Amino acid sequence: MGIITALANPQRFLAFSGWAAPVLGAAAVALALAGLWTGFAVPDDYQQGATIRIMFIHLPAVFTGMMAYGCLAGSAFFGLVFRHNLADAAARAVAPLGAAFTFLGLVTGSFWGRPMWGAWWVWDARLTSFLVLFLFYVGYMALQAAIDDEAKAARAAGILALVGAVNLPIVHYSVVWWNSLHQGETIFAKGGPKASVVYLWPLALMSFSYFTAFGALWMARVRAEIWRRRAGALAVQGTR
Amino acid sequence: MKGFWVLLRRELAMAWGRGGGPIVAVAFYACVATLLPLAAGASPARLAAVAPGSAWLALALASLLSLERLFERDYEDGALDQLALGPVPLEIVSATKCLAQWISTGLPLALFTPLAATALGADIKLAPLTLACAVLGGLGFAFVGGIGAALSLGSRRGGVLIAVIVLPLFAPPVIFGGGAIEALATGLNWTPGFGLLGAYSLAAMALGPFAMAAACRNALS
Repeated sequence: MGIITALANPQRFLAFSGWAAPVLGAAAVALALAGLWTGFAVPDDYQQGATIRIMFIHLPAVFTGMMAYGCLAGSAFFGLVFRHNLADAAARAVAPLGAAFTFLGLVTGSFWGRPMWGAWWVWDARLTSFLVLFLFYVGYMALQAAIDDEAKAARAAGILALVGAVNLPIVHYSVVWWNSLHQGETIFAKGGPKASVVYLWPLALMSFSYFTAFGALWMARVRAEIWRRRAGALAVQGTR
Repeated sequence: MKGFWVLLRRELAMAWGRGGGPIVAVAFYACVATLLPLAAGASPARLAAVAPGSAWLALALASLLSLERLFERDYEDGALDQLALGPVPLEIVSATKCLAQWISTGLPLALFTPLAATALGADIKLAPLTLACAVLGGLGFAFVGGIGAALSLGSRRGGVLIAVIVLPLFAPPVIFGGGAIEALATGLNWTPGFGLLGAYSLAAMALGPFAMAAACRNALS
């Protein structure tokens, strides 16, 4: 809590993120290299063969896409309750990132699904609720972009982000319920493929790589957002 | 309580008077139901398999139609400012608007749903449950849709935006209602789906007005 209130000051945030974002970015690259190196070194899976390696770029994207919605809802909450500008900027900055990671998760998942299940897409509970998560991001960005007044757009989109946060668990459980109704059509076993321990190292490295990349990009986008607002304020001053 | 009745009568009068009431929504519904066999093929076996689900999905889509005017009308002519200043809290005003939306559009559509499903080839014994799901689900559609309508106040493109915001939120009721009807069609227990649909609609009625009121206050500020 202390660090959040300290960084709520835009000046202090700019100073902090000025060195934190590049450090996180460098860590992301180093972790990605290490993760890919170990990922290619592990033996092929006895069932899935070489395609098991898609997991190392797929699952981290899924984790990051879901985590980003938590960041979005949290920022929206701070922005709505405390009327804080930086929280609005953070929410605005994180939505396209979350959408991008979610999209990456969907695309890599479909590349993994084709050789494994013989289909690019399966209407499985996890896939479907993840697709709905992507649609939530799209709705948030569409609303944000459609209202001209930026403060109003931020608050309206913030309310939508919180409505979405309440709805995501409902969507998830409803989709699981729906899926159990159609159980005969699912291809793979409940609980998914069990990963053996040798795959956990590259998976952990790649996950931390994605997380740090997400953190670096988020900070860079918040910085850009702060500068964009300052430029807008200066432009208004200049016309007076 | 008196304020509520006055508001409800006002909303209903406006829905019937200027919006054309349920006629447009029902006509849209009829058009979608007509195009479905043209797109998917008219062989009875194929149509009957998708009939209840399609009728249910078309209901969700038709519920979106008149949402655009739900708050926008009062926002444009300043009535929403007056309502915000009045003695009735905006939460009640929003709930009343959604209730009127349900009475004027949702109920007529619900009456039409089993008709369309049967015309498309669904078994006639599904009709009572289809009607019950449409009545109950329509309530949820109206209250969740109202959130989208209130949030998009003052935006540049109302209708499409509302659809993009609201349709992902419609996923659970569409699943519950469609699941209940399909369960009955395949001889399974339909009560869990129906109960969950009711729970969703009641939760939307309880929580939706707060989001709508917050969105209205934001648009008016």
